[in-house]
Amino acid sequence: MSLLEIKNLHVKVDNHEILKGIDLKVNAGEVHSIMGPNGSGKSTLAQVLARRETYAVSAGEVSYNGRDLLAMKPEEAACEGIFMAFQYPVEIPGISNAYFLRSALNAIRKYRGLDEIDAIDFLPLFREKLKLLDMDEKLMNRSVNEGFSGGEKKRNEILQMAVLEPKLSILDETDSGLDIDALRIVAQGVDAMRNPERAIIVVTHYQRLLNYIVPDFVHVLLDGRIVRSGGPELALELEEKGYGSMEAEARHATPA
Amino acid sequence: MITATQQLESYLENFSEFEKLAAGHALPWLRNLRQDAFARFCEVGFPTTHDEDWRFTNVSAIAQTAFRLTCNRPVRLSQQELDPYRVPGVNCQLVFVNGNFARELSLLGKLPDGVKVSNLGGEISSNPEAIEPHLGRYLDIRRDAFCALNTAFGEDGAYVHIPRGTLVEEPIYLLFVSTANDAPSMSHPRNLIVAEEDSQATIVEDYVSLDGGAVFCNTVTELVAGDHTVLSHYMIEREHEEAFNISTLRIQQGRSANVVSHSVLLGGALVRNNVHPVLAGEGGECLINGLFIGNGHQHLDNYMLVEHASPRCGSRQFYNGILDGHAHGVFHGRIIVHKDAQKTDAKQTNRNLLLSDDAQIDTKPQLEIYADDVKCTHGATIGQIEGDALFYLRSRGIDEVSARKLLLFAFASECLDRMKQGPVRRHVEELINRCLFQMANSAPGASTGIRRDDTGRNWEEIG
Repeated sequence: MSLLEIKNLHVKVDNHEILKGIDLKVNAGEVHSIMGPNGSGKSTLAQVLARRETYAVSAGEVSYNGRDLLAMKPEEAACEGIFMAFQYPVEIPGISNAYFLRSALNAIRKYRGLDEIDAIDFLPLFREKLKLLDMDEKLMNRSVNEGFSGGEKKRNEILQMAVLEPKLSILDETDSGLDIDALRIVAQGVDAMRNPERAIIVVTHYQRLLNYIVPDFVHVLLDGRIVRSGGPELALELEEKGYGSMEAEARHATPA
Repeated sequence: MITATQQLESYLENFSEFEKLAAGHALPWLRNLRQDAFARFCEVGFPTTHDEDWRFTNVSAIAQTAFRLTCNRPVRLSQQELDPYRVPGVNCQLVFVNGNFARELSLLGKLPDGVKVSNLGGEISSNPEAIEPHLGRYLDIRRDAFCALNTAFGEDGAYVHIPRGTLVEEPIYLLFVSTANDAPSMSHPRNLIVAEEDSQATIVEDYVSLDGGAVFCNTVTELVAGDHTVLSHYMIEREHEEAFNISTLRIQQGRSANVVSHSVLLGGALVRNNVHPVLAGEGGECLINGLFIGNGHQHLDNYMLVEHASPRCGSRQFYNGILDGHAHGVFHGRIIVHKDAQKTDAKQTNRNLLLSDDAQIDTKPQLEIYADDVKCTHGATIGQIEGDALFYLRSRGIDEVSARKLLLFAFASECLDRMKQGPVRRHVEELINRCLFQMANSAPGASTGIRRDDTGRNWEEIG
């Protein structure tokens, strides 16, 4: 059984069809990359998997770990092990980063029947992950993402991922706006989490991140459909030829 | 419901009865003060929404009820009945039941030498010469009918006197309890707090009710902050959902006096909280911090009148409101900068969260500037719980109710963070927590208050 299985997924936003029949299987231990130009539906797919309720699924099914993912609330999906790193992490004034992360971890632990972790026991775990992402401990007492630079926000997402240890991670354009040093740190953080029990979906526009997180599979998403799938070499081909040629190809292949 | 004539007759009856027996009835200055105030009340009557200062608050429910004074019918309460309302860790607690001092329920704790904490009624009888120079001297009975009424009917409340150079670390906590009566009842607590030069203290007024019923509490506090004083004042309103509460805090600030006023309005049906500092001495600082949380059909009106009367004074107003159900909130921030008050620095911010379609906020800044070298800014925002923030928290495993509560609490903490650490802040935090937990839990489907797009209007003006 695949960890994630998407069948014929159609999604509408404001009556406009964004995803027009997606099929995708992701097994534990695999890293998949979904590439595509702006507006192709990449982020929509990520948000639907994270159970954002503003997207209306008009057809299709998604099973996760043998369960119907589309019937889950966002918090339930999170507790079941799904994590999405946001393209635009949200600023939440008045809640400290440390408190937020501990609340999230404890909510998930509670769901799994584990004891809650208090602030003191949480600290060592936290420090270890901060080090992994080369983050300043001071950021932890600041409000969630408030006044963080773009790079700090993205690192903070991966920090959350490292603390919450999801089974399926979806990185939604985590590379965008990162300079090469920050990109390397973020990628190392993600790469350190690769193991046979976990799957990762890397949603990206560019190939650069994939130099550091080498995917097992690459899928090209164009206008709401996966038009090609292949190995890591597909990402290089895209980098070389651009999405334009593939768009033309796709138009050609799709019956009018 | 009663007519305007019946209403006046009812108050006249109350007043003639009261005047004969009230504390200090034999003192000519006090008799005159009361009679003038009552005459003023008869002349103007209760305000209506045609009155600019009362545009958003309709007090006809108060005007049309024939309230009776309760001071002639003392109510005895047991310690146990009060226990749930006490604040842990505070040794100085004065209790007033329906406006009257309840000595047997009060704790006086240990205060520094020379500090006087007692009841105004007692002081008027035993020590009138200390009271006369201050009582009614700062409050303008012409401001509104409620100030006039309080002055006419005021005889008891707290009296606090802090001598020069004295530091009172322990908060002085005043608990005002209203109890149910067979008929609608009113009380007019009057507090006088005099802090002499270079002294420091914290005063807390906490309004609670033991049981339901129509009660009208109309309180006035005159706070005299001498030169170089550092004072904190808290007003906590958490009466039941039928209570009417009108309060006026009149602060007179001396040179370089630093006063902080915190208002936390959580309870009551119709609440109007007036905060009126006059920065009379050069270099004074005033922070007015407020939080109001309304639900059901609550009406919570915050009226600020900040008068800059001397040069180089600073004032800050920060008010946050959270409104759900059919609650109606008002923020009216008026700043007057007098001609001589050069180098004034005044700022005003009001932020609001509306959690339902029927909740309402009226926010009104009003600047009157007669000096030419001043800095005054004001701004207000109105919005909902942000859908993005809610989704972000939920996507990390935090359930919807907890996520809503976290966001509401974060919004409220902006006000909480301006309070000094200690037992009073812990008390307020606990009250806010309880209030927001109920709100987050009772949210209808917990989704009506959240919109994907923020349709609230946001505006900021600088003048």
